[in-house]
Amino acid sequence: MSDTTQPTRKGQEFEQTLDASDKTVASFEHESRGFVDRLQHALHSNPTLVPVIVLIGAVAVFGLIAGGKFFSAFNLSLIIQQVSIIGILAAAQSLIVLTAGIDLSVAAIMVLMAVIAGNLSVYMGVPPVLGLLASFVGGTAAGLMNGLLVTRVKLPPFITTLGTWSIFYALNLWLSGAQSIRSQDIDANASILKFFGNNIALGGARITYGSILMVAVFAVLWYMLNKTAWGRHVYAIGDDKDSAELAGIRTDRTLLSVYALSGFVCAIAAWASIGRVGSISPQAFYEGNLQSITAVVIGGISLFGGRGSIMGALFGALIVGVFQSGLRLAGVDVLWQVFAIGWLIIFAVAIDQWIRKVSA
Amino acid sequence: MTQPVIKARGLVKRYGKVTALDHCDFDLMPGEIVAVIGDNGAGKSSLIKAISGAVSIDAGTIELEGKPISFSSPLEAQDAGIATVYQTLALSPALSIVDNMFMGREIRKEGIAGSVFRALDHAKMREIAREKLSELGLMTIQNIDQPVETLSGGQRQGVAVARAAAFGSKVIILDEPTAALGVKESRRVLELILDVRSRGIPIILISHNMPHVFEVADKIHIHRLGKRLCVIDPKEYSMSDAVAFMTGAKLPEGAVEAA
Ligand SMILES: Nc1ncnc2c1ncn2[C@@H]1O[C@H](COP(=O)(O)OP(=O)(O)O)[C@@H](O)[C@H]1O
Ligand SMILES: [Mg+2]
Repeated sequence: MSDTTQPTRKGQEFEQTLDASDKTVASFEHESRGFVDRLQHALHSNPTLVPVIVLIGAVAVFGLIAGGKFFSAFNLSLIIQQVSIIGILAAAQSLIVLTAGIDLSVAAIMVLMAVIAGNLSVYMGVPPVLGLLASFVGGTAAGLMNGLLVTRVKLPPFITTLGTWSIFYALNLWLSGAQSIRSQDIDANASILKFFGNNIALGGARITYGSILMVAVFAVLWYMLNKTAWGRHVYAIGDDKDSAELAGIRTDRTLLSVYALSGFVCAIAAWASIGRVGSISPQAFYEGNLQSITAVVIGGISLFGGRGSIMGALFGALIVGVFQSGLRLAGVDVLWQVFAIGWLIIFAVAIDQWIRKVSA
Repeated sequence: MTQPVIKARGLVKRYGKVTALDHCDFDLMPGEIVAVIGDNGAGKSSLIKAISGAVSIDAGTIELEGKPISFSSPLEAQDAGIATVYQTLALSPALSIVDNMFMGREIRKEGIAGSVFRALDHAKMREIAREKLSELGLMTIQNIDQPVETLSGGQRQGVAVARAAAFGSKVIILDEPTAALGVKESRRVLELILDVRSRGIPIILISHNMPHVFEVADKIHIHRLGKRLCVIDPKEYSMSDAVAFMTGAKLPEGAVEAA
């Protein structure tokens, strides 16, 4: 304490001059900045701009290189179809990443739920609708289990889901006996499981129900995250959990709902995946966990939480699909596709670091 | 004798081996401003966190208007009408000013859009936030959607104070609200404090700024080593007395300092 002045009761003299002072309130002048500065601010207020630009750029470049083959309605609809499962998983992943977590188990939950729905409806004579219902309950429960470990046992999400990834994968091998359920068997007993493999022909395009489902999942989650109080709370928790708690958010309850919802979305992906693949394979989508994270990161959602739009993950998934398709049509070896995606991830994270340094 | 708005007795709070509150008492009477002063680490923030439900106490009782309370979360305290500006402000930097002001108290649209689809009424929240902020005079109003992290320290503090002033109905607690503010902005916060009191709402003010404390406080609670050392009337003591008490250089008459 330095200001041990004489006792004064007449207010503070040094402040009397304030009456004569400039009365303009603290303002936010945006004096003209350099281009880089303005770009940084633009990206800061809209981090999804980067993936949108990359997506448009990639489509344009591959359109030029691979020409009509790439730009055909058929190929473009095929890209959407190919990314639909990873896209839905990326939606589930985005929810967790927005809370500053990470979920290594999304694909494992999805495959396990596909196996559960398949086993029940194809082999055990359960009506397929109930089989699907069981997978939705199961997916939600699996997500809830992750959430309980994170909020109640206070384990870091990375470790929690690293563990449950193994657990769900082992359960999946056990339940399936490491055997696939064949396409014919599904058709014979439970064709509804393949519902999302149907498509609508629009000109040359083949739009599968699964592609439409992916867009619908993103639309609903976007609404929840941006137009409801719950969504604001999710962002606040990812931003600074302690502050959110002090501000009056029940952070653990919200986190639990996020994990449960994420598990539910994985079960949606499970249903869609049966239509996409045709059969139910316990070994499918083994890299799905990491691919969903790739889409989220390329989509400009910060791994530090609280920043980015879930729509970014959709664009991220599409960017990966466009690169794969474009490079393949241009006759480039698969290894260079993987190489390119790797650079995209690093580029995206570097951009995020730069954006977060923005200041007043 | 009138009933205290807040009456705390024998509060104990330990963080591991550190005893932050050591059988601390606290009183706040209706309509008054009580300033809490004390050295860094004396336990001032812990005291107000105990009252606002941000930490759970290990022992002691707290009454709000005569009724015992035991909040298990800040939300419960807020619902009971106690609004707090924490030293750390408790803002979400990436979210907008409006989002922050209404965090946890969002307004939904009317009709099924709100009840079934849970849609937020952004327009209404913006309008109210604008009103509150211009009352405070701390913000220009067209930037209500600006993320808080792009504001200056003083502006952030303004948002946090406006949030508490807008929602505190029984008690408003401010933990070092002017620490990051310039002269002009501090003055506005002090005016706001006096304004809130004139509406009959009592205030707990933690501050290191002696001139401010002596200017606005009706009573000064001197906190030392985790407990209330004494309560003084700012009209009867000088700032140097207060500082001497809180640093242990001098003992108030009648007070016996525990070891
Ligand atoms: N979350 C915490 N964990 C551990 N120790 C804490 C925590 N919060 C406060 N303390 C300790 O409790 C004591 C009182 O702190 P605090 O209430 O913040 O004091 P003040 O606000 O008067 O500076 C200090 O010794 C501080 O280090
Ligand atoms: Mg403090």
